[in-house]
Formats: sequence, C-alpha cells, structure tokens
Amino acid sequence: MSFITRGFSGRGREHDDRLPPGQTLVSDFPVLSAGPTPEVDTADWEFTIRTESGVHRWNWDEFMALKIDEVDTDIHCVTHWSKLGTQWRGVSLDTLFESVETEQEYVMAHSYGGYTTNVPLDELLDGKAWVAFEFDGEPLDPEHGGPARLLVPHLYFWKSAKWVRGLVMMDQDEPGFWEQNGYHIHGDPWKEERYW
Amino acid sequence: MSDATTSQVMALGAAVESVPRSGWHAATVGAVHRETPNASRLELDVEGWPGNAAGQHLDVRLTAPDGYSATRSYSIASSGASTRVVLAVDKLPDGEVSPYLVDDVRAGDMLEVHGPLGAFFVWAPAAETGDDRPVQLIAGGSGVVPLFAMAQAHADADDPTPFRLLYSVRTPDDVYFSEELRGLSDASAPLRLDLVYTRRTPDGWPTPAGRITREALEAAVIPAADRPRVYVCGSTGFVERVADWLVGFGHDPRSVRTERYGGM
Repeated sequence: MSFITRGFSGRGREHDDRLPPGQTLVSDFPVLSAGPTPEVDTADWEFTIRTESGVHRWNWDEFMALKIDEVDTDIHCVTHWSKLGTQWRGVSLDTLFESVETEQEYVMAHSYGGYTTNVPLDELLDGKAWVAFEFDGEPLDPEHGGPARLLVPHLYFWKSAKWVRGLVMMDQDEPGFWEQNGYHIHGDPWKEERYW
Repeated sequence: MSDATTSQVMALGAAVESVPRSGWHAATVGAVHRETPNASRLELDVEGWPGNAAGQHLDVRLTAPDGYSATRSYSIASSGASTRVVLAVDKLPDGEVSPYLVDDVRAGDMLEVHGPLGAFFVWAPAAETGDDRPVQLIAGGSGVVPLFAMAQAHADADDPTPFRLLYSVRTPDDVYFSEELRGLSDASAPLRLDLVYTRRTPDGWPTPAGRITREALEAAVIPAADRPRVYVCGSTGFVERVADWLVGFGHDPRSVRTERYGGM
C-alpha cells in the first residue's frame, strides 16, 4: 500500500547500498533505553554464560585478558537511524564459546538493570557478535551501554544489549524485554523485522 | 543469574500490558494548527486504527512522487478507541520529515502511519491495571506529548491516582497543550502542573529562567517514599540527567520509565 503524500519531496537522494529499507543516516549516536542508566563499576562487573551443565564466569581482568577484536561495522536502530562504519573493540562470542559446551540453541542476554533480549545462538557465532567495551577508541559511555554491551550488528540494535552481564542458554526461543514490549522476535533490518 | 536479577526481570515482565496490534494504515489529515512557534498539532483520521494506549507512538511514512520515502517515529498525544489520532510535531532544524509536517501539510493530505507501537512507556487507569501508586510525569520540551496523553487519559477515566507533571520548556510561548493542561489542573481528577522555564519566564515568575537543578527537581516531584511510578520523556541529555537524579533521591530504577529523543 504505498501512495504519494502531496507536497513532500524529501531531501536525501544519495543511494547507499549499506542502508537497509526505512533507515536514515545519522552522524550522532542516539540512545534508546527504557529506564535510568545503571551504574556498573568494572571492579564489580562479571560476565557469565549459563548452560544446561553449569555457569562460566569472567571478571573484568579475566575478560580483558581474552583475545580482543577490532570491529568496523554498520549499526541500525529500530527507530529508523543507521550509523555506518562504527569502530568497536570487544571479545568475539566465538572466543567466549570456545570453552562452552551446550546443546541448547537459543540465548537470552541479561543486562544490569534487569533488561533482556533473545537471540538464536547461531546468530551470535562465526564472527557475528561481540561483547564490546570500546567505541571510537574510548571506553564505552554508560548511556551507550558501558562498561560492556553486546554487539550484534546484523540485527536491529536493541538486540545489542547494553550493560550486558550474561547469557542464559535456552532450549526454545523466548521473547526478551523489548520483544515482549512490541519489538520483533528476530529483528533483521534488511527484512524490516521491526515490530510484532 | 542471581535471585535479585530474576525478580527484577519478573517485575519488568509483569509491567507488560496488552495493547492493540500494530499495522500500516492510510491516514488523512483532518485538521492542522500551529501549536507553538516551532510546532504543529496534527489530527489524523486513520482508517482501521485499532485504538491506542496513552504513551504509545507511531511511525509516519511520507512518499515523494519519484518513490523516495522517509519514515520517522512520533509520540501520540491522544489515546483510546478513536480513529482520530493527534500528534504534536516539533520542527527539527535539520529535519527532513518534521519541516513538512509542521509547515507544509494541510487538511485533506494523506500519509501512511504504522502503529500503535510500544507497550512499555504506557499508562492505563488503575481500574484496568490494579496499580494505584501515584504518577509523576517529567517532560523536557516536546517530550510532553506522550505524557499529555497520559494526563488526558487520567482525567477522562476520572482516575483517583494522584498525577503530577513537571514540564521543562524554553519559554511561555513553547508550552504545548497550554489550554488543555490548564483544564486538566481543574478537572475532578486533577493534575498538578509545575512549569520550569529554561530561557524566558512569564512576567512576575518567582524563579529566574534556567535549567532545572537537582534541588528544584527534588522539590517538584512526588517523593520517593510515596513510591510513585515515574515517566520521563525528553532529549537524551535531559532524560539522563533527570533519571540519574531520581535514582539518587531513592526512586526505584524499575519504577522510572524513560523515553529519549535521539536528536534526529
């Protein structure tokens, strides 16, 4: 159903193959959050992966001792903005899962502050996701998810859980916080999987 | 996960309310008028609109003759079953969609909307939710739009929940819904309204113009001891500052819901 709106000509016509449908380029870094920004000290920070057989834990120093990747990627927010060529540093989920054995295929990411988001495990592996702690050469700001956030750039950015504290493996896909509150269970920007 | 985290997740999950399903709809502009020197109020007649909860938003899509389209999200100033949906749009200096909606659109024009959207930053009467804790609304500039919808819904429902709105705005000319807000203050389920002017005050105003301070915020909101539900909407900077202070005053972070305008 698309029709022309009288009098609207629009502005940008520059076509960029990196821009998914319905998205607009921005140069700043807008914020989408449901509540206050939690204050998390790296001295207290911990990252866990819970599977059917137990819990794997890393504190901040152990995490920083892991192999660190430089990531150059585009990010796409469900609220219609995209940012191209963003620079991150973080630990690949491939690295974290090297020591983790699990038959469970779905993941619920949990954050400090209580928020959750769900992602299938195969969408986090093979160089598709990181736990990032640096943006543009600086430690990640608390309002953008610092000290560390999930980075899953091929999905809408609410899947890149801010203030991430751990992953809980699940037998079945279940909706997280944003997904229960109106956002799509999967969230592929190229298919415009924005809402229920 | 610790027990504390689990209970937090459950508390957040329990807040999910049932809202109509979203979809694309054709909308006709029924009326448009100037809200402030920089903003317009649009009343849209939306075919097949399923109604919306107070605080929800929608996407507006505009399509140019060559097929180029642009989509933006806007908060809804109205709520309930009506297919007439009210928006109040602030013109962004470098905007693409908002200048059209504020300056160019006229009654009879057609555009597309997708919604209603969002199930978290919403308010419903205590009779529906069973939650009768007091409600504190805190608006920065055009962030008042979804909060006005909540205050109006509160009055329409004659809801007994205490309601208070703190509204930070540049000048007296920039106040959205000024007549309606005055009316709500006199309603049988009254709204207590506190205005803060950041650039210019009305004549004889007791405090000078300026950004709200931590002390002024604490004095103008329902105290943490009364366990209010708090809704904060505005620019990212405003929301970050206010929400951090609220947590500092002892408000439970789970009772503070925020909506931030990104800056595009």
